[in-house]
Amino acid sequence: MHSADLIVIGAGPAGMSAARRAAGSGLSVLLLDEQPAPGGQIYRDVDRASKTRGAILGSDFIDGLALTRRLAHDNITHLRGAVVWQIEEATRVNFTRNGKAELAEGRRILLATGALERPMPVPGWTLPGVMTAGAAQILLKQSGIACERAVLVGSGPLLYLVATQMVRAGVPPLALVETQTKADLARSLRHLGGALRGWPYLLKGLRMLWELRRAGIVRHVGATDIAVEGDRSASGVTFRVGGIEHRIACDTVLLHHGVVPNTQAARSIDIPHRWDDAQGCFAPECDEWGRTAVSSVFIAGDGAGIGGARAAALAGELVALEIARDLGGMTERERDAEARPLRSGLGAERAARSFIDSAYPPYAGALAPADDTIVCRCEEVTAGEIRRTAGLGCLGPNQAKAFVRAGMGPCQGRYCGLSVTRILSDTNGIPPDETGYYRIRPPLKPVTLGEIAALAEHETAEVGK
Amino acid sequence: MKPDSTFREIGPQTDRVTVRFGSSELSLPRGENLAGALLVVGVMPFRHTPLSGAPRGPFCMMGACYDCLVEIDGINRQACMLQVTEGLQIERPSIKGAGNA
Ligand SMILES: Cc1cc2nc3c(=O)[nH]c(=O)nc-3n(C[C@H](O)[C@H](O)[C@H](O)COP(=O)(O)OP(=O)(O)OC[C@H]3O[C@@H](n4cnc5c(N)ncnc54)[C@H](O)[C@@H]3O)c2cc1C
Ligand code: FES
Repeated sequence: MHSADLIVIGAGPAGMSAARRAAGSGLSVLLLDEQPAPGGQIYRDVDRASKTRGAILGSDFIDGLALTRRLAHDNITHLRGAVVWQIEEATRVNFTRNGKAELAEGRRILLATGALERPMPVPGWTLPGVMTAGAAQILLKQSGIACERAVLVGSGPLLYLVATQMVRAGVPPLALVETQTKADLARSLRHLGGALRGWPYLLKGLRMLWELRRAGIVRHVGATDIAVEGDRSASGVTFRVGGIEHRIACDTVLLHHGVVPNTQAARSIDIPHRWDDAQGCFAPECDEWGRTAVSSVFIAGDGAGIGGARAAALAGELVALEIARDLGGMTERERDAEARPLRSGLGAERAARSFIDSAYPPYAGALAPADDTIVCRCEEVTAGEIRRTAGLGCLGPNQAKAFVRAGMGPCQGRYCGLSVTRILSDTNGIPPDETGYYRIRPPLKPVTLGEIAALAEHETAEVGK
Repeated sequence: MKPDSTFREIGPQTDRVTVRFGSSELSLPRGENLAGALLVVGVMPFRHTPLSGAPRGPFCMMGACYDCLVEIDGINRQACMLQVTEGLQIERPSIKGAGNA
């Protein structure tokens, strides 16, 4: 069994910066991540990829090296490829590594499991050849693989980022089909003050748009009625702009309309969540230090609410300071003094966020999908079936699950949970907070009997020693 | 399986190892992400859903959607969470097992 003062789950910007700050304060840290290399989603495989593909992926990506390098610290043990599937009694973490289950005990646990792309159920989104834009980006970062004849569909800065990275890779997308409207942009100007505080983001956005225009990438803005065509795999995407119907033939469709907190681990230990209307998702309840209702468990980064990579890194450090104070590694005064610059940085990041959130809202057609659109990919449950369960008296997702198996598949609702909450909430006229979310139970990831047997053998051997 | 893939490797070529996918032998880059490597050589779909038999392929590439499931040593595993190693024996998941990985 492993033991440490602090177990950090997730080696993205939040987890990496927390691990380093805690280690610097004298705590022993066990850092677990299911990926074979540190970086999280934004800095995926940065140690390797920055050497061969740095120019394509851009300076924001290479920035991640500063975080991965700092993991080399005597107090940090980073276990790669460690898939966490259960947290027990708020101090013990079960994970699988190299096909064997292992156990770790920590005085404190930090969940830094990041975000998932917001589910985007449109007709045809289950066809092979349809992926998330983030998936295409992961292929590019981690494997140096580009999708040919691709169309990017949805909204948000990540859509532009992926498009520019594809252009630089020499495999530009055929087109961008964007769902935000001029009215969204006008509304977002209310938050322009915030955006100006976060002016580097504004500038970055404009630069990306300029780069796309120079590359001759066609942008269709204000698209509705989006559908993916195809029989055995995606062969085209159809949509309407201003009453005119369009069809683009393609091989790959990349969907994206924002990211949402990955709440699986927090929910599995019954940390309360609340609905965040501005971001259209649930976020775990935690205080300004990332402390949750379970006193030994903290949350930092996009998993606590979407703030982006820089905000995640700052939040990770803040949480680490509080944990160090909590375990006697520093006084409250020392904590507050070190926290001050971090907090002001976080304020600027958050200000820019509200501009982004309102300029690029989720695609309305995917929040209220047509009756025959599949919502639960695993169990192939349609939006209409979910609405019918509301007619049968289902108020929340757990009842819907019992009726139509939505959320019962291996993804445990990661790509349907928010859709089901939203559809039931709209149909019943009950707010999302009251409608609730799936009850998540371990294992968070499938674990085999063989893997568990390995743990039992190991622990017995330890006891026998 | 389509012979022509719509996914292209832009990176430097790395050394190759041989793996089996069903009855075919594939030459894949050692140590690289398995789902990505399979996409490049034109493997699609990866699996069929247990319910309707609909074809599926990688969707999220981050271990969350389970649409990239393949069977290795009798166990359904997410190809996007595995690396290419010499001698892998990969099968399409049997329809029955595909839902309860
Ligand atoms: C696919 C994708 C691509 C993105 N690309 C960009 C980008 O290019 N630029 C940008 O600004 N923002 C990007 N984002 C937004 C991103 O969420 C943040 O910018 C940033 O990565 C958040 O950092 P984090 O540390 O909170 O989480 P993450 O960086 O997401 O790190 C979370 C880590 O937790 C690990 N993890 C999760 N669950 C488990 C488990 N059960 N067991 C073990 N490990 C686990 C994951 O493997 C991951 O490494 C992307 C988001 C997604 C989903
Ligand atoms: S592609 Fe989604 S789990 Fe592998």
